Amino acid sequence: MRKTGPVEIVKPRDIAEAVRLVKEGGRPLAGGTDLFVRIRKGIENPPFLVYLGELPELQGIRLREEGAEVGAAVTHAELLRSPLSARVPILRLAISALGAPAIREMGTLAGNLANASPAGDGLIPLYLLEATVRLAGPDGEREIPVEEFVLGPGKTALRPGEIIRSLWIPFPEGKPLSYFRKVGRRRALVIAIASLGALIWLEGDVIGKARLALGSVAPTVLRPRQVEEALVGLPLEPEALRPAAELLSRATQPISDLRASADYRRKVAGNLLLDMAISLSHRD
Amino acid sequence: MRIKFKLNGRKVELDVPPGRRLLDLLREDLGLTGTKEGCGEGECGACAVIVDGKLRLSCLTTAIQVDGKEVLTVEGLARDGKLHPIQEALVETAGLQCGFCTPGFVMAAYALLLENPRPTREEVRAWLSGNLCRCTGYEKIVDAVLLAAEWLRNRDG
Repeated sequence: MRKTGPVEIVKPRDIAEAVRLVKEGGRPLAGGTDLFVRIRKGIENPPFLVYLGELPELQGIRLREEGAEVGAAVTHAELLRSPLSARVPILRLAISALGAPAIREMGTLAGNLANASPAGDGLIPLYLLEATVRLAGPDGEREIPVEEFVLGPGKTALRPGEIIRSLWIPFPEGKPLSYFRKVGRRRALVIAIASLGALIWLEGDVIGKARLALGSVAPTVLRPRQVEEALVGLPLEPEALRPAAELLSRATQPISDLRASADYRRKVAGNLLLDMAISLSHRD
Repeated sequence: MRIKFKLNGRKVELDVPPGRRLLDLLREDLGLTGTKEGCGEGECGACAVIVDGKLRLSCLTTAIQVDGKEVLTVEGLARDGKLHPIQEALVETAGLQCGFCTPGFVMAAYALLLENPRPTREEVRAWLSGNLCRCTGYEKIVDAVLLAAEWLRNRDG
């Protein structure tokens, strides 16, 4: 199973060279927290890797009036230390649940997205905030919504030679309440059995608007829009949300795997909505 | 490729394949066996080292990624034959049994105290969540980190 020799890695000077090398068949490498494991287990065997982690054009977080541009090489830990995570609590909540300190120092948010895992903790805030992906490729640059970028487990809309240049994270309007919880067997380094992230805008005593994103219960992170709509007008209390929780359970399309059965995941997804109501209504 | 980096304060230069794991480079090429290989896939923290002041796992880091950087391993912590306060505190609290996971815990604690010199017990526990000890005994390890934090604060004023 274990690959004995080290994999070939090249370090491009700029984006143009990176794009050329990726077009030639090189696999982009950022933090390597996932890719090195996959290569070592023999799940992937790319001819060579293109190390993007230190490419100057992919560094840094640029805060703007209406959002932030996060370079593709920005690590989770950099995000947590930046003013952006204070400005957007859902980002901080989800990313601080991802991996463990060393993994967060190494792994990047763009890499988490490129892996396109339905369990990716970092993807939940990107779906909730309706972030977009800025891509650089042989035919120039383009920008697409995260929801269109992820096509399925491990599948993205990246074309041959394309790399992620940055993520655009728009700030949400107003001051929504933020919720994130992942259920798994260990708190650190765990791949979620199910996770729920939410942004809830209150209007007086009731929910005025809601965005929900679930991990590990469908082939991609799921935005159950019919449930989001069903929440509007309801008080943020577990009893009031019970029918919506059932609707949410039915909206999931989970699989059974070694971590949990599909039935259990469906049940947990609904319960997470009730947990959200409990924890957000007990805020001070 | 020819890589140059600083290892425990000393300049190192050597020819290695760019994809050689830092873990193998340290243990096999440079003979520093303090850094341990536990799981080899980022789950256990036994191979943790510090690169440019930040905690990293040497099993998931390659040679090309430390070129031009400063690497600190458990061997680089003692000064003039005296253990680092984190190591001393682990001795004091008996925060180890077989000792295999210890270098990883020491380096993780080192990174924590760089970032947060005054951690709460809960913060220490959360930070060390990426390190596994299979003899069990996390309580005494947490005690040690809190004790070391106190010693370091007193020492550094």
